[in-house]
Amino acid sequence: MKRKRRTSSRYSGIYNSGINPKGFHTSQIKFYVILTPLVLFMLLPIVFVFSHAFKPPDELFAYPPRFLVTNPTTKNFSDLFARMSVAGVPVSRYLFNSILITLITIAASIAVSTTAAYALSKKKFKLKKILFAINTVALMFVPIAVTIPRFLIIERLNLIDTFWVHILPALAIPVGLFLIKQFIDGIPDEVVEAAQIDGASDVAIYWRIILPMIKPAIATIAILTFQATWNNAEISTLYVNSESLKTFAFYLNTLTTTAAGANAVAGQGMAAAATLIMFVPNLIIFLILQNQVMSTMSHSGLK
Amino acid sequence: MDGAIIHDEVEERPSKIRRWASREGNAYAFVLPYALMFTIFIVVPVLVAFGLSFTFFDTIQPPTFNGLRNYITLLTQDDVFMRYVLPNTIRFAVIVGPGGYVMAFMLAWMLAQLPQAPRTILALILYSPSMTTAVAMAVVWKTLFSGDQNGYLNSYLLQSGLIQEPVQWLQSPQYLMTIMIFVTLWSSMGVGFLAMLAGILEISPELYEAGSLDGISNRFQEIIHITIPSMKPQMLFGAVMAIVGTFQAGAIGVTLSGVNPTPQYAGQLIVNHIEDFGFLRYEMGYAAAVSVVLLLMVLFFSRFANRLFGSND
Repeated sequence: MKRKRRTSSRYSGIYNSGINPKGFHTSQIKFYVILTPLVLFMLLPIVFVFSHAFKPPDELFAYPPRFLVTNPTTKNFSDLFARMSVAGVPVSRYLFNSILITLITIAASIAVSTTAAYALSKKKFKLKKILFAINTVALMFVPIAVTIPRFLIIERLNLIDTFWVHILPALAIPVGLFLIKQFIDGIPDEVVEAAQIDGASDVAIYWRIILPMIKPAIATIAILTFQATWNNAEISTLYVNSESLKTFAFYLNTLTTTAAGANAVAGQGMAAAATLIMFVPNLIIFLILQNQVMSTMSHSGLK
Repeated sequence: MDGAIIHDEVEERPSKIRRWASREGNAYAFVLPYALMFTIFIVVPVLVAFGLSFTFFDTIQPPTFNGLRNYITLLTQDDVFMRYVLPNTIRFAVIVGPGGYVMAFMLAWMLAQLPQAPRTILALILYSPSMTTAVAMAVVWKTLFSGDQNGYLNSYLLQSGLIQEPVQWLQSPQYLMTIMIFVTLWSSMGVGFLAMLAGILEISPELYEAGSLDGISNRFQEIIHITIPSMKPQMLFGAVMAIVGTFQAGAIGVTLSGVNPTPQYAGQLIVNHIEDFGFLRYEMGYAAAVSVVLLLMVLFFSRFANRLFGSND
């Protein structure tokens, strides 16, 4: 124990503290002093989302407004699920759509980007360099900028008002391919060559060697895809007319914009509950996968 | 797609195609699904946008070529664009882009000085706002900045006697932009922030050791001479993500104020301008020209970031 201490103090920079300390040191106090208020401030809206969703009507509209809930109730949630939307579609249908779409999109985008990344990293072919270069430029792609041409293309492909319009456009994620490719670059070529000598096919190498080794990178694109798909209200707004194919994010969108209208009191509570339902899965997924994400972003991730 | 791989083993009569298939075919089979989606939903839309920007197109009749007219109109006659949209976008981008970026780096740097457990918790909280969208958060921010006396901010200011009557925060041109910047900064600790945090933690302690022997005497020098140069890839990645995020955050003004165009164009950004012309006025050709300008701006700033942090090897 004593020896370990000495090594860490030797390596820990100028002030005997430094990057990635193993334990507490007085020099860290100043960082806590700066970070704590800021973090608490950043946390406020999140706390608000949780607390607001459980407020009974009199607290939602109390004057002066109260930040935290005093008599929590789950009525907002039961109201939300009891409510049929304008076209007679139950809320659970939107939720089911969102969950199904998100799961399929995550699985498909992992398949699509890991296979492509494997080829770009470990195979030799003519277009390799140029493909990766185009993808790197596309990192800077702003989807909103080409909403209109995208709309026209999706229309031509007869994807309007289909289930697939939620999934297909979400499969090509330049950031995802970029991160995974860089991650696979970190796997030594010798490992792949040894497998080839043993007679393994490309599919076997991809499935048995590459995939198990890039779990952190897979976790990262799972998170990115999840956040992009689960939170996406735009696709339902632009490309889907049939209510029964729209997503929960879209429903939340209509709830918040119409909440001020006819039924303001119930609307506010339901919008608060819906916001919480939107937010919590993001949080859970990130909590589960965050270690993996951090390791993707560090060692072989970006070098 | 897996079908192509079988060619590997049946190579009795090596024709040209067979040889190509065994050498490169597999690679293309692996790339194909991604390349297909990428082409259809990213490359082609960009090309189409470029093409449409030289046309007049109202979605009902087929587009008619009108040369550079859209661009000329944009630069010389679009009063709203020149007076509000462009200055707004630049102001928004200049504050939110570098501001969020520097903030992300400083926070990541401070977090890196803490032991793992508190670091993870704090990083999670800082990242949490970017896990959700403006749509979901609109409820929160709208309640906070609500224009009546029930809004949290109004209620607080009224009680403390700083204002006499409620302020229409989200409908007043003089406040909307500030609130947009504030909300976007709040949610700007995204993937770039995680990359930077990981990058800082990866730097070998020996480098700092060597640095202090070479006469680095304070934290600021340490950051400039060791930390940043050792994590250039992450800094570049963070910068690109910050630039893209900044230009994507455009919807926030419309979400907050609930209308497009925003009150007196106070929060109108290029993104809203595109939507305004494309989906509200159906002037697709013109909207496409604005889109091309937006893409060029993002590309320009990303190039600039590349200059700053790009590695030379």
